[in-house]
Amino acid sequence: MSQPETIIEKIWKKHVVHQEEGKPDLLYIDLHLVHEVTSPQAFEGLRMNSRKVRRPDLTFATMDHNVPTIHRNVIKDAISKKQMETLEENCEEFGVSLADIHHPDQGIVHIIGPELGLTQPGKTIVCGDSHTSTHGAFGAIAFGIGTSEVEHVLSTQTLWQAPPKTMQVKVNGKLGTGVTAKDLILAIIAKFGVRFGSGYIMEYTGEAIRDMSMEERMTVCNMSIEAGARAGLISPDEKTVQFVEGRRHAPKGEEFEKAEKEWLALATDEGAVYDSTVEINADEIEPQVSWGTNPSQCVPVSASVPDPEKVTDDEDGVRRALEYMGLEPNQPIESIELQHVFIGSCTNARLADLRKAARMIEGRKVHEGIRAMVVPGSFAVKQEAETEGLDRIFMEAGFEWRSAGCSMCLGMNDDIVPPGEHCASTSNRNFEGRQGNGARTHLVSPEMAAVAAVEGHFVDVRKYTSAAERVI
Amino acid sequence: MEAFVRHSGLVYPLNRANIDTDQIIPKQFLKRIERKGFWKFLFYNWRYDDDGNLRDDFSLNYPEYQGASVLVAGENFGCGSSREHAPWAIQDYGFRVVIAPSFADIFYSNCFKNGILPVQLKRDEVSQIMDRAGGGECYLSVDLVDQIVFDRTGWSATFEIDEYHKNMLLNGWDEISVTLTYDDAISAFENQQN
Ligand code: SF4
Repeated sequence: MSQPETIIEKIWKKHVVHQEEGKPDLLYIDLHLVHEVTSPQAFEGLRMNSRKVRRPDLTFATMDHNVPTIHRNVIKDAISKKQMETLEENCEEFGVSLADIHHPDQGIVHIIGPELGLTQPGKTIVCGDSHTSTHGAFGAIAFGIGTSEVEHVLSTQTLWQAPPKTMQVKVNGKLGTGVTAKDLILAIIAKFGVRFGSGYIMEYTGEAIRDMSMEERMTVCNMSIEAGARAGLISPDEKTVQFVEGRRHAPKGEEFEKAEKEWLALATDEGAVYDSTVEINADEIEPQVSWGTNPSQCVPVSASVPDPEKVTDDEDGVRRALEYMGLEPNQPIESIELQHVFIGSCTNARLADLRKAARMIEGRKVHEGIRAMVVPGSFAVKQEAETEGLDRIFMEAGFEWRSAGCSMCLGMNDDIVPPGEHCASTSNRNFEGRQGNGARTHLVSPEMAAVAAVEGHFVDVRKYTSAAERVI
Repeated sequence: MEAFVRHSGLVYPLNRANIDTDQIIPKQFLKRIERKGFWKFLFYNWRYDDDGNLRDDFSLNYPEYQGASVLVAGENFGCGSSREHAPWAIQDYGFRVVIAPSFADIFYSNCFKNGILPVQLKRDEVSQIMDRAGGGECYLSVDLVDQIVFDRTGWSATFEIDEYHKNMLLNGWDEISVTLTYDDAISAFENQQN
């Protein structure tokens, strides 16, 4: 029998177009997702050199970062408008399919890829966006690239990439009730730091990962970049196959049966060796809240903000983060008062996320003084949520119900957090200024964000009851 | 792309770890469709006050660092988003070299596409530079052929870089033109996939 291999090696080998000593591999790209912010200069480069898009059929564009999530017909910001128009013109000129702002397929690029069945196991997927790692949940090698690389892929459908090192992130045991995929990935980053994945493609394995739905796996893979890894993935299983089956771009009939066999065969072989392995016990993880300005700066909700005097590493960084966040050393997390709650982003704005958040707030009201907002990840998520009546639950509680886009995850449109105000956010980055100049972001799960909206500060979601439990 | 062989210039030390791309260039400046003109927005939230005036308490604005072309920073420089606007802003401001103990992967590869040399040195070597440049007036030379950073006092440090990126920078090659010479191999791969 041949040598046991990881899924990473299997996919990589299948995509090498050219290999030569002293050079990275020339890697074929199966799917290129494009959005309005990181593509204009790439298309311009093609135009200047009279180059074409090599495979428009493997390229798919949407608008997400910049789009207003309210009053869509009037885009007030002239520069944003220009960027969106530029994408429209570029897609038309180069023959690329586009889900524009009024298209029923529009949404955050990492949400619509899986939704449309474009994301499939075994593919190499790139996008000019670092959270492309999300698609790894399907057992694909998916990573973010810069604009020059976007141009390179448009023109050649390939990239020069050094073969990655492989890392296993093994999650033993089961997550407790009320502890989510988001808490797991935050706890992993808190434990191992923002750089431990650098230079690696990570594969998440173990019981807790196998138990997860595809939506939850996407949340985990999404934040691989926050651990420094360009890509993170999960070996496909029956859940993966079921999720993809029947989607618009998925193979059909016999083709699908053939694909299914190939996909399942991609899973890492028993006995395969990784370059590195880290382990974490799921049972020990509590709901997490970030207190600082990078995603590793988070603690369990029951804990307190650290004291720079007592930390062993990066004392200055901790001090600077606390100052920026307006927090006192040793302050209990539950005492942090909030002014904003944002449920959205490619990390946590799928239907399953909105359902879980809605269950927590049903029949309750958003706390006075809090501005709370739900921004569905895609037009399709929005519609399904409305069919189920989730929009009513949110609006009756006092949440704003918006159209799909990145929105307050990065505040490129009008949805921003004002200076000095605190926001419980289901997004993935708590960097200085991320949600607005001077904004203070706390990363949490959708459930934690929902109960924080009701209470006005963080509370342990495990002590809280959902609507269903309350009825009993 | 402009070739990079060697460079000498004034050092600007920014002694912080985990400087992310949101700090290097905040999102409100990503709406432009050009590649140029980003120098104004580099480190925007640190460099300017709320009214858009240069802050005199941020070191890049100090008189002694005007004209700096070698940026020295802490661990994990360039983490966060894949935005190439970050290296564009750095390059457009006038930096040709970025020195740090470690870089985020995407940022590191974005540098090479823009004629910036990212140099990874050991932690203690970086702190030595930080110390010396803290008072201004510290000049460093970087030689890509010999993979060495040095100054006039005899201080030096060598660095690693892979051959591929080194050649790209030394020759100022446009990567797409190089790849297009592999067109037959790409077509053959596509045919075999079908
Ligand atoms: S939702 Fe946030 S993290 Fe995701 S693609 Fe949009 S801006 Fe990036």
